[in-house]
Amino acid sequence: MNGTRIFADFKVVVRSYLRNPVALFFSLIFPIILIALFGTIFSGGGGGAVSLAVENLDHNSPASVAYLSALNNTTLVQVTMVDYPVSSFSAQLGDNGYSVGLIIPAGFQADLANRTPVNLTLFTNPESPAAAGQAEGAVTGIANYFNLRAVCTGGSCAPVIQVPAPLNIGSQVYTYIDYLIPGLIGFSILTSPMFSMVDIASSYRKDGIFRELSLTPLTKAEWLLSRISWYVLLTFVTAGIMIGAGAGLFGARVEITLGLIPFLIVGPFLFVSLGMLAGTVAKTPESAALIGNIITFPMMFLSGTFFAVSMFPAGLQVVAHVLPLYYVIDGMDQVMLFSNTTRALGDVGVVAILAVIVFALAVRFFQWRDVQ
Amino acid sequence: MAHAIEVRGLAKRYASFWAVDHIDFSVDVGTVYAFLGPNGAGKTTTTEILEGLRRSTEGEVRVLDLDPWTDGYALHKRVGVIPQDFRFFDKITPKEGVEYYGRLFGTRPDPKALLERVDLVDKMNSRFDTLSGGQKQKLGLALALTNNPEVCFLDEPTTGLDPQARRSIWEVIRKLKREGRTVFLTTHYLEEAELLADQVGIIHHGKIIAAGSPDEIIRAHGRSERLIFTAPATLAEHLSRTLGVAAEVVDGHVVVSLDSIRDSVRILNAVEASGIPWDGFVTRSDNLEDVFVRLVGPMDDGALKPGVPA
Ligand SMILES: Nc1ncnc2c1ncn2[C@@H]1O[C@H](COP(=O)(O)OP(=O)(O)OP(=O)(O)O)[C@@H](O)[C@H]1O
Ligand SMILES: [Mg+2]
Repeated sequence: MNGTRIFADFKVVVRSYLRNPVALFFSLIFPIILIALFGTIFSGGGGGAVSLAVENLDHNSPASVAYLSALNNTTLVQVTMVDYPVSSFSAQLGDNGYSVGLIIPAGFQADLANRTPVNLTLFTNPESPAAAGQAEGAVTGIANYFNLRAVCTGGSCAPVIQVPAPLNIGSQVYTYIDYLIPGLIGFSILTSPMFSMVDIASSYRKDGIFRELSLTPLTKAEWLLSRISWYVLLTFVTAGIMIGAGAGLFGARVEITLGLIPFLIVGPFLFVSLGMLAGTVAKTPESAALIGNIITFPMMFLSGTFFAVSMFPAGLQVVAHVLPLYYVIDGMDQVMLFSNTTRALGDVGVVAILAVIVFALAVRFFQWRDVQ
Repeated sequence: MAHAIEVRGLAKRYASFWAVDHIDFSVDVGTVYAFLGPNGAGKTTTTEILEGLRRSTEGEVRVLDLDPWTDGYALHKRVGVIPQDFRFFDKITPKEGVEYYGRLFGTRPDPKALLERVDLVDKMNSRFDTLSGGQKQKLGLALALTNNPEVCFLDEPTTGLDPQARRSIWEVIRKLKREGRTVFLTTHYLEEAELLADQVGIIHHGKIIAAGSPDEIIRAHGRSERLIFTAPATLAEHLSRTLGVAAEVVDGHVVVSLDSIRDSVRILNAVEASGIPWDGFVTRSDNLEDVFVRLVGPMDDGALKPGVPA
């Protein structure tokens, strides 16, 4: 291992890249496009049902179920049943990407029957006023409807179901765009090295560049490290652009911490090596591209890139946990959103171990020269 | 170690045929060896085996006393290679390329001086993808020299170059030899081999069909010296009959093959005595090109055409 050689090769890589204005333009503009696209589609809040997390402490009593189904029928909210500890309900909402939540208290049905006033507890996020307004309107509207039906029998119309002023979900509240940033950083950590390394593995072989390099003292490991260095650099720039664009365009609030750095290093390390390995095992450029896609596409969608994994159906969550990118994105969620260092360390460990293994395999199997 | 390159029983088999069919040769340190042959003869295959880029099927190969395939890493620090279709990073300039190789080899050459040597200074800041074919080839040569190689492998270094560029490459090759380096050169150009090479090997269908210095090859495979008369066909018949020499009519000339140049005096006397009118004569002996055509097949502009299978 020789730093001078790695640096010399790195300079060639950087120059080649910077002198390709089209590629350069796209790699800088692409992160902004991604953020703008997904941010606009999914975090607008205007129109469409707001996802309302509901915890029913009245054990699915007929009255509570009737209330929720009426709520759902407003089409203003989409009721999703959750089962969080009441004490941390607010934090859990934030962690799982809900901007509105509702608790139906135990004894709801009995209170209704006895005409004892009962409180529904609504949680909203001041950061998403549109969603908050929509949910509050729906919850109080249906509450009034129930009140009218239930109690206005004898002339006095004392409301039974009351909806006090909504509680704030607390300071740890995250909206879609907050999740989107680590997800999209992960997306580019995966895709830009995978696609180009698979391509390089076959085109350098075809053009005789590998043969040419095999005639110099540059080793395969040094060559791969130089590529990795380049993608690490590119990832830092991309992450910076994405965080900036997310904050600037959508008011995303993510924490920029040193804890992010390990992920911006081990992530590209893993996927540059994986791309090289995929390009190496393939015999032809076509099969290389195919293998690359087979590896990349499931990860691209199922690792929490565009949607938090916790919102997936259980089966897909299991799948997500075997995908390496999941640990990159989960780790970045931990450091950028939840300040959960312990879990982030676990994630970075998983990725680092995988990266070392895949790097070793790639160096072992990829050949400068034709072995026939 | 007297031999820089030593090849014994080397053979390379692709799927169904022997591209290199059990060849032997050696190249002395400090000499220029030209490997001549038509397209598909097996030159590049042999060269790449010597460079450690391909694996042989059979036989033994030593370059600087190393096995090129297994000791490639050590060998490559001591040899320079310019492949037949040299390619490089599109966006990198010759100057940067030389600096890059200098760092990789740890030799820190002066890019300008090195590029001057291959006559490429004027393009030292142009990107590779804007260079002409010949300029690319010159960069390949410059890169092959960044590590002060003991042995240089040049696979058709002058193919596609204009006459002036070819001459400047020849100058580089002569200088390499003067510096005591060994040069292994493949070429289609007989002139090149004749001018530069100490030893020549002619390969055809994977077999070496002639080897030695250009003179030795001509002596071994060339026809004998000939007297060519501008004279009527009857002269040929007259000479065969009276002197018993081999005389024939070729393209309207009378061609008499000589066993020895000394025979010419006797023949000229006989011609004069015959009274048959004649206008003039030349003597002609085979050059490498003639030998080549006889051994391998026709060619054009000094470059070989593929030979007809034997
Ligand atoms: N990788 C390969 N697989 C199969 N056949 C090959 C391979 N490489 C070369 N050949 C065949 O081996 C023979 C010798 O090829 P080689 O490249 O050594 O010829 P050459 O003498 O260098 O020709 P040229 O003057 O055209 O460069 C040719 O018939 C060629 O088609
Ligand atoms: Mg060739």
